[in-house]
Order: sequence, then structure tokens, then C-alpha cells
Amino acid sequence: MNLKDETMTQTEASSEQQKSSESLTSLAAGALLRHRSGMVGLVITIIIIFMAIAAPKLKPYNELEMHAEDRFHAPSGDYYFGTDEFGRDIYSRILIGARNSLSVGVVSIAIASIIGVTVGLITGYESGIIDTLVMRFFDALLAFPAILLAIVIMAVMGTRRSDTNSFLSAINTTLPAFPAMLAIAVVNIPAFARLTRASVLTEKEKEYVEASRALGAKPARTIFSEILPNVMATLLVQVTVSIAGAILLESALSFLGLGIPLPAPSWGSMLSIGRGYMPFAPWYSIFPGLAITFLVMGLYLLGDGLRDVLDPRRQKLV
Amino acid sequence: MGKYIIRRVLQMIPALFLVSVAVFLIIHNIPGDPAQIVAGPNATEEQIAALTRQFGFDKPLKIQYVTWLKNAASGDMGYSYINNYPVNDMIKQRVPATLELAVAAAVIVLLISVPLGIFAALKPGSFIDFSSTIFSALSFAVPGFWLAIILIMIFSLKLGWLPPSGRPLFSEQPVEHLKSLIMPAFALAIGVSAKIARYLRSSMLEVLDQDYTRTARSKGLYEKTIIGRHVLPNALIPVITVMGLQVGDLLSGAIIVESVFAWPGIGRLTVQAISWRDYSLLQADVLYIVLAFMVINLITDLAYGFVDPRIRYS
Repeated sequence: MNLKDETMTQTEASSEQQKSSESLTSLAAGALLRHRSGMVGLVITIIIIFMAIAAPKLKPYNELEMHAEDRFHAPSGDYYFGTDEFGRDIYSRILIGARNSLSVGVVSIAIASIIGVTVGLITGYESGIIDTLVMRFFDALLAFPAILLAIVIMAVMGTRRSDTNSFLSAINTTLPAFPAMLAIAVVNIPAFARLTRASVLTEKEKEYVEASRALGAKPARTIFSEILPNVMATLLVQVTVSIAGAILLESALSFLGLGIPLPAPSWGSMLSIGRGYMPFAPWYSIFPGLAITFLVMGLYLLGDGLRDVLDPRRQKLV
Repeated sequence: MGKYIIRRVLQMIPALFLVSVAVFLIIHNIPGDPAQIVAGPNATEEQIAALTRQFGFDKPLKIQYVTWLKNAASGDMGYSYINNYPVNDMIKQRVPATLELAVAAAVIVLLISVPLGIFAALKPGSFIDFSSTIFSALSFAVPGFWLAIILIMIFSLKLGWLPPSGRPLFSEQPVEHLKSLIMPAFALAIGVSAKIARYLRSSMLEVLDQDYTRTARSKGLYEKTIIGRHVLPNALIPVITVMGLQVGDLLSGAIIVESVFAWPGIGRLTVQAISWRDYSLLQADVLYIVLAFMVINLITDLAYGFVDPRIRYS
């Protein structure tokens, strides 16, 4: 076989591979569309993402605008979800709150997954003293209940908020939710690292990894180009479910007064303040709680659907 | 087995040491000067300085940690900065309330999750399965503290059946005591029930697909016998690990739920310790919670061996 033929064969092989991976993706997408609860989750998640993106257009009032004459106004045509103690429109605050909750969920899990997956890939592939030390450290982190660790980290970050010279203070001014994002990310890193490491330990014994090594590929190439794509399905499910957990955790932190600082609307802090007015303004606590529940439920159902669809044992996709 | 337990207990020591260093460093970075808080807003500089010396905050962090570790190793976790009570006594007073809440919640979890998981697995893809999936997702998604607020709205404010907060002593008001337990236990249990139900469903589906289940069916056994004798006991084995981990979740959920219901347990004490800047109390509190987590994990691993004789400890 001459060089030209060889190149053509390689190109054909790679296009075949691309086709097969495309068809697998479309098979998975098709299976997700047929998955009843997965679809419900997808629809709920898309609706809330759309509302969060279009919030500035959809909100009838500015979320910080006070209407003194309409304090504790019950839900009506003017104020769909009623108003709070300052006469601010709860519906508008919930729409903007969706942006905050989603951004905290997505950014914190992005940070956690990037760090956790990288650490998991490296420690799983190169077992040794570093692997042992890193995993023992993560074991120690995992020994903390998530909420407790997040509370303690948030309490520490609070110091830097008032410290005008610190780097964190500068970030806080531009991104007030940053401490919450970081705290939730730290809580989630060990889970990503452990999951990835476990998958890598299984994958690295397989023939394709051996083949990659035999072809002389450097460890970094084998890890990121060969192993990573094969553990992506597991990670995708973990990311979806973790975003749901992160949103719940942020709302719990805000509920305790440790999350996104006021007056920025956060579903958790709205609930916490609304609790004080429960007897005569129940809507103040009901609507933010419903918003959290719907978003988390949507993500949970989507994650559950993805797990079913991407697991060949469950769906016999492959 | 004995060797395994000893090894696991010994492994806890370095882990606890690591945790203690982490907790010490993190907690000593929490905003606010406890000496200032204890002295009050009208205290003079001299009074604050005297308290700082008394608590040992003027010493380097390393020295403070070593002193604290020495005392902790002999079981002395120090005194609260706020009311000068021994920290161990404060925690001991709160443990029964949290344990009671966790046990009540665990009973509710079993009552909800086991039937739900079984029914969903017996008819996969059916309306019951779909409803159970939605119920599980809803239970997972409902924040415990919001559910707590809704329960208070309905059962305390609207119907007046249950007290909105507090925990009357059982010896003085037994009925009121039990009534006060219902809402916090339910709020704590609902999220965990959903998780266990889902795990039980998947585990049952796997066991239903096994050859021995098919053999039992082909022998003409009653469905009740197949499920009760062959499927459920095997399906419960992996669920036990999850249950053990969920006990940890119950304890951490208690941090929020106890705060909402003013339930005088460890969770509420933790949140109070943070707002009081009571380092001494918070340090001990966090360490005890982490230790409880580790012990629960060990018990779960041992329980795993009891229900599945194939598992050998080495």
C-alpha cells in the first residue's frame, strides 16, 4: 500500500469513526426524546433557562423598584406573585433570581468539574504517592457534611468582603455571588475527582489505552484524547445532577444569610425573609420555593433520563 | 473481622487529625474577633486585650493549635467563649434532640421509600413508575427548609394542629413533645426517601433480571414469595450502603431544619456557634459531626458484611 492509499484509508476510518459517534449521539438524543421523565426534565430546564435569559425583557418591574403604597400586595393582575415588605414585585425578583441561581449552579459546577476531573484523570492514570495523598485529602473533605463545609467556607469568605484591599473584595464588587460559587465548587470537587478516578482505573486496563501507549502517545494525550471522551457520559450525568444539588445548596446558604448578598434577589434569601411574614403574606415564601423546586426537579429528571439513555446496559443503545 | 474493625478505627486517627487541622485553620479565619464580641460593644481596649490574652489569641496560631490538640486528646474540648460553659456539656445536652429527630426521620424514610421503590420496580415504564419518578424528583427537589415553612403554614397557622417550633420536655408534656417532632422529622425525611426509593427501584430491576429470579418464577412460586424471599433481600444489599450515607445526609439536613423549627439540636447549635463567633464551640461541634459521619460509615460497611455473607473483610 502506498502513502496515498494509506492516507485515504486513514481518512475513511476517521470519517467512519465520526459517523459512528454522530449516530451514537443522535441515537442518545432520540432515546432522550422518547424518555418520558427525561423529556419532562428537559422541557422544564429549557423553560427556566429561557426565562432567566429573557428576564430583563420579561420582568414587568425593576426587581429593586419599591412601591411603598403596595407593600405586601397579594398576587393580582398588577403583581403576578404579589409584592414584598418594600413593595417590590416578587415575580420580577424571581426572574432575576433565576439568573443568580443558574449562574451559581453552572459556574460552581464548572469550576468543580474542571478541577475534579483533571485531578481524577491524572491520579487515576498515574497511581502512586500523589494519588494516595490527594485521595486522602479528598476523603477528609468528604467527611464533612456538604452544607457544613459550605457554611464554614462562606463564613471565612465573609471576612474578605469587608476587606477593601483584598483580591476577593474586588471580585465581590463585580460578581457578588463569587464566594457562594467558590464554596459550592470546593464542596463538589472531591465527588468529581473520585468518580473520574474510578472510571479511569477501569478504562486504563482496556485495549484502546494499551494501543495508544503502544503507538507512543504521551500520557497527557492518552489521558485527554483517549480516556476523557470515554468517561464523558458518566460525567455528563454527574454534572447535571450536581448543578441541581448546587442550586439547592446555594438556596440553603442564602436562607441562612450566607449566600448571595442582599439586595440582589436570591430565591433562598427571599424565602428566608418571607418566613417572617408567613401569617399574612404567604405568597412571599411560596413562590420562591416553587421556583427552586421546579428548577431542581427539571435538572434531576434530565439527569435521570440521561443516565438511562447513556448507560448501554439500561437502554441497549450500543 | 476484629482486625478489620481495629484497622478502620486506626485509619480514622490520621483522617481526624487532618480534619482537625483544616477545621482549626478555617475557623480561625472566620470574620469577627471573639474577644470583642464577648467583651461587648462598650468594652475598652484594655478589657478586649485582657480577654485576648485569657483566650490565648495573642499566641501564634501553631501554639494555639498544639494547646487545643493536647486538651482535645484528653477529652477536654475547652469552654465556650460566649457563656463559659464546658463545650462538651453544651454538645451533650443537644445530642438527644438531634438523635431523636434523625431516628424519627429514618422511620419515615423507610415507610415511604421501601413501598415506593418496590412498586416502581415491579411495573417499570407504567403509570405507577412514572408517578413514582415524578414524586421522587419532587421530593429531591423540594428544599427541606421550604417544605418546613409550608408545613408550618398549613399545620400550625391554618389548622393549628401542630406547634410551629420548639421541643417541650417528654417528661412534662409527652403528647406535645411527640407533636413537635412530626413536622421537623417529615421535612428532614422527604428528600432522603426519594433517593432511597430510586436506588431501591434500580437495585430491584437488576435483581428481577437475574437467573435465580427466573428460576424461582419457572418453579411456579407465588409472586409474593419471589419478591419477598428472593428479590427484596438481594435488592436491599446495595441499598444499605446508600442508607448509611443518607444517615449522614439526615444529620446535615438537620442543620437547616433544626434552625427553622427552633429544634434544640446539634444542627442549630452549629449555626448559632457561627453567628456567635464561638470558635471553641464550633471547632468541637464540627469535629464531633465529622467523627459521627466516620463511625456511621464504618457501621454501614460492617452491616454490609452481615447482610451479604459473600463479602469478606481483609
